[in-house]
Amino acid sequence: MAKIERDDATGVDTTGHEWDGIKELNNPLPRWWLLVLYASIIYGLGYTVFYPAWPSLSGYTKGILGYNSHADYYTEAAAAADAKKQYTDRIAALAVEDISKDPQLLEFSLAGGQAVFNENCAQCHGVGGQGQKGYPVLADDNWLWGGSLAQIEQTVRHGIRSDDGEARQSQMPRFGADSILTPEQIHDVAEYVVALSGGEADAAAKERGATVFAENCVACHGQNGEGNKELGAPSLTNNIWQFTGDRAAFAAQVTSPKHGVMPAWQGRLNDDRIKMVTVYVHSLGGGQ
Amino acid sequence: MSLTRADGMPSYNERIVRMFTLAAMFWGVVGFTVGVVIAFQLAFPALNLGLEWTSFGRLRPLHTSAVIFAFGGNVLLGTSLYVVQRTCRTALFGGPLFAEFLFWGYQLFIVLAASGYVLGITEGMEYAEPEWYTDLWLTIVWVVYLLIFLGTLMKRKEPHIYVANWFYLAFIVTIAMLHIGRNLSMPVSFFGTKSYSLFPGVQDAMLQWWYGHNAVGFFLTAGFLAIMYYFVPKQAGRPVYSYRLSIVHFWSLIFLYIWAGPHHLNYTALPDWTQSLGMVFSVMLWMPSWGGMINGLMTLSGAWDKLRTDPILRFLVTSVGFYGMSTFEGPVMSIKAVNSLSHYTDWTIGHVHSGALGWVAFVSFGAIYYLVPALWKRQRLYSLRLVEWHFWVATFGIVLYIVSMWISGIMQGLMWRAYDSLGFLQYSFVETVAAMHPYYVVRGFGGVLFLIGSLIMTYNLIRTIRGDVRDERAIGSTGAVPARA
Repeated sequence: MAKIERDDATGVDTTGHEWDGIKELNNPLPRWWLLVLYASIIYGLGYTVFYPAWPSLSGYTKGILGYNSHADYYTEAAAAADAKKQYTDRIAALAVEDISKDPQLLEFSLAGGQAVFNENCAQCHGVGGQGQKGYPVLADDNWLWGGSLAQIEQTVRHGIRSDDGEARQSQMPRFGADSILTPEQIHDVAEYVVALSGGEADAAAKERGATVFAENCVACHGQNGEGNKELGAPSLTNNIWQFTGDRAAFAAQVTSPKHGVMPAWQGRLNDDRIKMVTVYVHSLGGGQ
Repeated sequence: MSLTRADGMPSYNERIVRMFTLAAMFWGVVGFTVGVVIAFQLAFPALNLGLEWTSFGRLRPLHTSAVIFAFGGNVLLGTSLYVVQRTCRTALFGGPLFAEFLFWGYQLFIVLAASGYVLGITEGMEYAEPEWYTDLWLTIVWVVYLLIFLGTLMKRKEPHIYVANWFYLAFIVTIAMLHIGRNLSMPVSFFGTKSYSLFPGVQDAMLQWWYGHNAVGFFLTAGFLAIMYYFVPKQAGRPVYSYRLSIVHFWSLIFLYIWAGPHHLNYTALPDWTQSLGMVFSVMLWMPSWGGMINGLMTLSGAWDKLRTDPILRFLVTSVGFYGMSTFEGPVMSIKAVNSLSHYTDWTIGHVHSGALGWVAFVSFGAIYYLVPALWKRQRLYSLRLVEWHFWVATFGIVLYIVSMWISGIMQGLMWRAYDSLGFLQYSFVETVAAMHPYYVVRGFGGVLFLIGSLIMTYNLIRTIRGDVRDERAIGSTGAVPARA
C-alpha cells in the first residue's frame, strides 16, 4: 500500500511506492531543465519555419529562407569556377611549354597542379612525388619515359600500359618463364646487372653474364645498360630501382618481369587540370 | 512455476542471471580485445596480416557487434531478468525452459553473426550486418524474450510497474521493431547466405540510420537507463530523485529519439526537409536525455560522501556523467553547421566511444560488481581495491581515447576543408591520414588500458565467485588494517 514518508536527508516526501526496497522522491521537475526543454522545442519549431521541413502528400514546406542545399552547392561551385576562369581558360588554350613563360599562369598552375596531384597521383607516387616501391620517384631527374614537359603531358594523358590507344607500351620478355634463357644464364646476367650498377659481383659469372646481356638485353636497355626512354627501358647503371635492387630481384625480374601500370587521365581530368599537373610534376625537381 | 520459498519470497530464477553475467564478461573481454586490434590496424596496416579473415573490414563489425550485442546485450538481458523479478516480486514467466532457451538462443545468435563476419558473410549495413538466416533466428529469440518480460510484468505482485521496467520494455519492443524493419530483405536463394534489402537508394540509407540511430537510442540508451534506475538507488541506498522527472523524460525521450536518425545523413542525397527534421529532433532530445542524468546523479543527494569509499558507486555515477556529456555532444554534432566539420571524421568515433566506454560499459561494470556477490551469495567482492584500480585505469584509457579522437577528428575536418588563396584544396587525403597516425597510436593505448581494466575485473570476479575475500584496508580509512570480526 502507498505509504508516503518524509526523506530525512532532503526533507522531501516519497511517492509512497516501493519496489525491492527502492523508493521514489516526489521532487518537481527542475525548473531550469523545463525551461531549456521548452527553449529547445521553440528553437526546433522555429528552425522548421526558416528551413525546408514538414512533408505533405505533394511536397514539403520550403521555409522562408528558401534554403536548398543542392542549389547552394551548384551556386558555390560555379562561383569558385568563375573565380579561376581567367586563368583556366588561358591555360587550356596554351601549350604546356608556353604556360611556364607567364609568371602569373605558372604560379596558378603550380598551386592547381599540386591540388590535382594530391587528389589523384599522391596515392601511388607519394606527396611531393617521393615515390614508393613499384611507383617511380617524380622528384629526381631519372625518368623512365622522359622528363620534358611534352613527355610528362603525354604520360599523364594516356597513361602507361593502360587501355588508352596512345598509352606508352612496352613489354619485357619473360626470359625464364618462357624458357628463352636457362636458370644459369639468368643467374649470370643478374650478376652482370649487379656489376653494372656498381655492386660487388662474382667475376666469372659476370663475364658469362655480359655475353647473355649483349645477346638479349642491349636492344632495349642499351649497349652499356644506359636505358632507353623511347621504350621505357630503365637505366641499369644508376642504382635506382622501381622494384627491388638485389640479385634475387634481378633474377626474378628477368624470369617473369613486373611492369608498372598507370591509368590514362584524359577524359577524367579537364585539359587545364592535365596541363597544370604536368607543370607541377615538371617543377618537382627533375624536369628536363 | 512461481514457487514460494519458506520465508514467503518467491524463488527467483537467479541461475539465468548468473549465466548472462558470465557471458557478458566473456564477450566483453573478446570485444575489447578485437577493438584494440583494429585500433592498431589503423595505425599500423601491416597488422591486417594480409589475410581476408583478419582484415579491418571484417574485424570491425566483429568488434562493434561483440561489444554492443554480445557484451551489452548479455548485460541487458541478464540485468533485465534480475530486475523484473525483484521489482515485480515474482519469478520469471515461462519458467526455466523459456529462460534457458533465451540464453542459449542469444549466444547462438552471437556465434552465427560473428562467424559470418569473419567469413565475409554480411549484408553490409552498419550494426545490422548479419545475413537473413541469423536475422530470422534472432527474431524468434527476441519474441521469447518479450514473452518472458511481458508475462512477468503481467503477473507482478506490485501494484505499479517500476521505472526501470518501462525502459527495459521500451528497449525490447523498439529493438524488435527496428530489427524487423531494417532486415526486410530477399534471400537470393534458399540455401545461400546472400540477401538484398527491399529498399532502394536513399530510402535504404534513411532506413539504415533510422535503425542505426535508434540502436543507440533504445539498445544503448533506454536499456542502460533501466540499469541505472535500479542499480544506482540500490548501490547508493537512496530513493530515486524524482518520480515526475522519470515520467516526463521517459516519454519525451521515447517520442523524440525515433525521429533523429537523419542527422547521420546531413549533406547527402537525403532531401533537405528530412535533414532539417532529423536535426531539430536531435536538438530537442538534449533535455529528455539530461532528465535521465539528473535523476541518476541527484539520487545521490544525501549520499555523496559514499563516492569516496565506494568504487562501485563511482563507476555508476561516472557513467551517468559520461552519459550527460555524450548526450550534450550528440545534439551539438547534429547541428548542420557543426556536422559539416565533424561528419566522417574521427570526432564521431570519439563521440561514440565516450558513450560506449564511459556510459554503457561503466554502468554495466557497476551493475556487474553489484550483481556478482548478490548472485553467488558472497559477503562482498574479493577486492574493492581492485575495483578502484579498474576504475582509474579504465577512466584514464577513456580520456586518452576521447581526447585523441577529438583532436584527430577536428584536425581531419579542418584539413579536408582547407583551401589556398587561389581556391585549391590544400591537403591530399593521404596527408590527412599521415597526420592522424600519432593520434591513432594514442587511441590504441587508451584501448589497451580499458582492456587491462576489464581483465582486472575478470580476475576480481573469478576470485569473488570462488568465495575468496582479500584481506585489505577499507578505502577511505587512514589507519592500520582494522581487526576483522
